[in-house]
Amino acid sequence: MSLKIAVLAKQVIDPDMPPSAFKIDSSVNQVLTPNSIPPVVNGFDENAVEAALRIKDVQEASITVISSGTTFALDVMKKPLSMGADELVLLQDELLVNSIDTYMVASVLAAAIKKLGGFDLILCGRQASDWDNAQLPLGLAELLALPCITLGKKVELKENHVLVERVTTDGYEIIEGQLPCVVTVSNELGQPRYPTLRGIMAATRKKPTIWTSVDLGLDVSALTPKISLTDLFTPERNQECEMIEGENEADAAKNLALKLREDKLI
Amino acid sequence: MPELNEILIVSYIREGMTDSTANELLRAARDLSDQVPMIVSLAILGTDDDALAKIAISAGADKVYLLNDPQLNQYQSDIFVHCMSEICTMINPSIVLIARNAEGRELAPRLAFRLRTGLAQDCLEVAMDESTNRLLANRPVYGGSAIAVVACNADPQIAAIRPKAYEPLDFDESRTGEIIKVEISIPQDLVKTKILDRVSEESEGVQLEDARIVIAGGRGLGGPEPFEQLGELANILDGAVGASRAAVDSGWVPHSFQVGLTGKTITPDVYITVAISGASQHMAGCSGSKVIVAINKDPEANIFKDAKYGIVGDWENILPALTETIRELTDS
Repeated sequence: MSLKIAVLAKQVIDPDMPPSAFKIDSSVNQVLTPNSIPPVVNGFDENAVEAALRIKDVQEASITVISSGTTFALDVMKKPLSMGADELVLLQDELLVNSIDTYMVASVLAAAIKKLGGFDLILCGRQASDWDNAQLPLGLAELLALPCITLGKKVELKENHVLVERVTTDGYEIIEGQLPCVVTVSNELGQPRYPTLRGIMAATRKKPTIWTSVDLGLDVSALTPKISLTDLFTPERNQECEMIEGENEADAAKNLALKLREDKLI
Repeated sequence: MPELNEILIVSYIREGMTDSTANELLRAARDLSDQVPMIVSLAILGTDDDALAKIAISAGADKVYLLNDPQLNQYQSDIFVHCMSEICTMINPSIVLIARNAEGRELAPRLAFRLRTGLAQDCLEVAMDESTNRLLANRPVYGGSAIAVVACNADPQIAAIRPKAYEPLDFDESRTGEIIKVEISIPQDLVKTKILDRVSEESEGVQLEDARIVIAGGRGLGGPEPFEQLGELANILDGAVGASRAAVDSGWVPHSFQVGLTGKTITPDVYITVAISGASQHMAGCSGSKVIVAINKDPEANIFKDAKYGIVGDWENILPALTETIRELTDS
């Protein structure tokens, strides 16, 4: 039987953009997206796509990528398709404008997952590089009443179970979960594969399904944010760095050691 | 304005003791109740030992709920979320504080969603908005490039607080409080995931989280060999070696070395970084260091903004001289 896999992917501001390009519009408490730097698929979500593809490499499976937001860069969001995913579903709604409320986002995703008939396995990145919440997958699992295994570095299917090697502070655990299950994927899984030329061609031809909250049959009036943003600002830094110098680099190193000794730090 | 009653803190048993974040959160809760009077309570899951409750009272609790069950001997989300959800339904607290440690990373989001409320995630600081009696939380976002202030609009108001964000209060053994033993039935079919095995990859010697001095290397080291040089310096100083995510992703050192948002949070007295640029995700794991020393060839590197001392230059020339001088100084 073919396994139904969903991968949740988020479009985020490129976390590797130079710090000088990071600007906040304080009148609306929003980060200004620089035009010159295109958004990216959240890095950990690409790891989740890779985890799904590794399952599809060894058994029959379909992979549906689901994303929610207000505006999408289609060429960016099609990357998972060009890597080998089958379908792309975009949940696009004004409701999600500047929404920092994970509960609302999870409600929208849960409705879409139900509309799509449910999945055997829902893979997510461990967290998104914008807010680093690591909250949505666990919350979604609660809304769908599914188990959730976090921080997978290896995700395999065994009969009616998922086997996950889960990263811990001092190594890893092997966890078995009943299907259907939500699993979050960490970067230790390894590099996501590059899109192939054939994949890119196939992705170009594929049209994403685009749904709004109306298509999902959501009662918008019931979706009031449980968390709201009241301020967003750039932190001040107080530390003044004392640059240690010397006749050459080795001499500077020696002076640094003396300094640390003088401060009784070593 | 809503009446506020109780702030509930969640804590766990580790090696026979309440986990170290309990006292930090008691401090946070006491600060909140200084603003708006509320009972500060602590739930300890996995014990019925009054002695642990008394320690919590000395550290700032007015009430301690003890919940003991053989199934709570080891953290398991399905069970712990069920128990906390039952306790919350029973006592109906205005505010719940949870540490964002290994357990809290799973427990806090699941508990919030199960109670159909919101979660202020990864907070560095919490305070009451005295005009509304609602909780406000400060938290870093965009890898620390910005700070967001978020408000909780639903009840209970739940915040997950970054470990070591708060200093515990001094113990006051004259404090008094109430100890309440709670019983909660745990359904048999609750557990949907099972731990089959645990594999430890911990390095030998001083552990990263416990070390007074940490020497960490990043992408700029270019390979695994230079980490041996960092190890040499760490040995002299009785310290530990850490790494940035870039170095771990490159396979130069195991994940257990990683310092940062997706690795370990450390608070050494001295943190010496070698060829680490200081991306904010890295700084999230080491910003509690007393003194940061940075060695980097790029004078514009972010790390210098947080460092007390810096050297701009090539680590290959700096590290051997630094190690040699420190060896001489510590020998004498």
